[in-house]
Amino acid sequence: MSYHNPFTPPRKSATFDDYTLAEIRRAAATGIYDIRGAGTKRKVPHFDDLLFLGASISRYPLEGYREKCDTSVVLGTRFAKKPIHLKTPITIAGMSFGALSGNAKEALGRGATLAGTSTTTGDGGMTDEERGHSQTLVYQYLPSRYGMNPKDLRRADAIEVVVGQGAKPGGGGMLLGQKISDRVAHMRNLPKGIDQRSACRHPDWTGPDDLEIKILELREITDWEKPIYIKVGGARPYYDTALAVKAGADVVVLDGMQGGTAATQDVFIENVGMPTLACIRPAVQALQDLGMHRKVQLIVSGGIRSGADVAKALALGADAVAIGTAALVAIGDNDPKWEEEYQKLGTTAGAYDDWHEGKDPAGITTQDPELAARLDPVAAGRRLANYLKVMTLEAQTIARACGKNKLTNLEPEDLCALTMEAAAMAQIPLAGTSWYPGKGSF
Amino acid sequence: MPVFDLSQTPLRELNSALHTLGAGANDTEFEVINPRGHHAVAVGIDAPVTVEIKGSVGYYCAGMNDGGTVTVHGSAGPGVAENMMSGTVVIEGDASQYAGATGRGGLLVIKGNAASRCGISMKGIDIVVQGSIGHMSAFMGQSGHLVVCGDAGEALGDSLYEAKLFVRGTVKSLGADCIEKQMKPKHLAKLAELLEQAGITDVKPEEFKRYGSARKLYNFNIDNADAY
Repeated sequence: MSYHNPFTPPRKSATFDDYTLAEIRRAAATGIYDIRGAGTKRKVPHFDDLLFLGASISRYPLEGYREKCDTSVVLGTRFAKKPIHLKTPITIAGMSFGALSGNAKEALGRGATLAGTSTTTGDGGMTDEERGHSQTLVYQYLPSRYGMNPKDLRRADAIEVVVGQGAKPGGGGMLLGQKISDRVAHMRNLPKGIDQRSACRHPDWTGPDDLEIKILELREITDWEKPIYIKVGGARPYYDTALAVKAGADVVVLDGMQGGTAATQDVFIENVGMPTLACIRPAVQALQDLGMHRKVQLIVSGGIRSGADVAKALALGADAVAIGTAALVAIGDNDPKWEEEYQKLGTTAGAYDDWHEGKDPAGITTQDPELAARLDPVAAGRRLANYLKVMTLEAQTIARACGKNKLTNLEPEDLCALTMEAAAMAQIPLAGTSWYPGKGSF
Repeated sequence: MPVFDLSQTPLRELNSALHTLGAGANDTEFEVINPRGHHAVAVGIDAPVTVEIKGSVGYYCAGMNDGGTVTVHGSAGPGVAENMMSGTVVIEGDASQYAGATGRGGLLVIKGNAASRCGISMKGIDIVVQGSIGHMSAFMGQSGHLVVCGDAGEALGDSLYEAKLFVRGTVKSLGADCIEKQMKPKHLAKLAELLEQAGITDVKPEEFKRYGSARKLYNFNIDNADAY
């Protein structure tokens, strides 16, 4: 009688999973780290881990189709002579002409304007198309200072001093040579076709004391008219917010690690920075400790996808949010209609993130004129406006259910947490309890 | 000639007056007395005005100047003439860090010495320093000219793009991708022109050496990783 060993299925390592193995082989073959766009793809505690409680006997709701729920927000009320008035608290985050095509930037401006909100420039400066199609345009003041000039500073509606971004706190940028068209090269004053490095630190200030003087200079140059934002990546939100306030910010923009980038090392995107959910309460705490909550406005970004996310960010204490990746999806990024072409690029709709290569089938993250022509800025702008309006309606729906006649009246007491992690990070009681980790006894 | 005494008058009034000059304005010559190290003096000039500052200034004097002629009869703090677009800024004394940072055009003359990071990320400005400059000067310099009659500190021209650097004295060390380059007749002519514009007559262009980008780091190559 022969004996057969029972079959043991092959066992793959949890540590060395297929993706990890492929990445090791890719690194060994190419000798370069993986560069890609977008934000973190790993699962992190997020707004999905919070729920609203809604109204009950102790709180009464507002009638959805009759009673007002104000969505407007004013940004820059601390020092600026001309604060920004927006109809919705959902703004468009900074994305550069260079990283994006001219048509994509135009679409973002058109969509934001239709929805009554602001859009933001990026590294590389302001284009006339963007200024022309954006009723309210925030001008980013970045370490590289590519395309920076005082005329654009004056024709902006607000100035955003970029210290960092959520996808890469502590990192600079890189626009690879294949995306450097004649126009991009001219705007950045660099030879065509070379990799353009964006510095990680500003060239003429270091630290919060210098930043205070830099902001004084920007205010003097613009005659104290423009709101000045300071954007930080989600690293040390309590101290970064406090220092931004100390430096004289009108608005603090706080970007968590789900926030996107045009191009950065995957290792950076996935391993540096904190989830958006973990950033908000410390920042709000800093504002409250300084007596500046609602006086210095807080804009939160990084992984905002729906009106529910907006409502949750506001309930945790933000005044507004910003969207980047979601806005690109709304105008057509990663659309399944280009699936055949995504396949040719070795990817699939929904996973395409090689934005730095300039081959975007949707014509958004490219400088190739033929690809860029695929995006109709008018139709794409309309899609973005629709999406912004839906998100605003969704946030209103939730706010009314919580009995709030203004979105920013949402408060932490309206929320409960589904997981211990989310409870700890957002300082929101675990559902069915009055406790969160770090708060007294269980 | 309007005179602003910054020991009596708020800074805002000076900068506001400089920004509200209409076309054909008569008073285009300003004098600033008692600057006492104020920051952001005469910033955002957007007209062909002349500003004489009698004393030393703090950060960002003449920042983003576009067409003005600003003379500091004293020394200047960090970031003097940062992001200048056009015009002339002259510092009779010394300048602190980041002089002429990211400047796009115009001429910055420093008659004394300049500290570290002089001409950092320069994008078209011409800078002439009669004395010496500190470390990391012209870091990531994109275009324009940096002329140094004295010595240069460590890591001159690190990660340089197309800015042209001329140093008459010693260079403590060159930064990544910065090399000495041949001085051609066109470079000597440009150098002579810049020295003349800066009013420097006691040195000759032939006494300088030229430095520029080796262009080896223009596109990423893993075999150059040690250079970063």
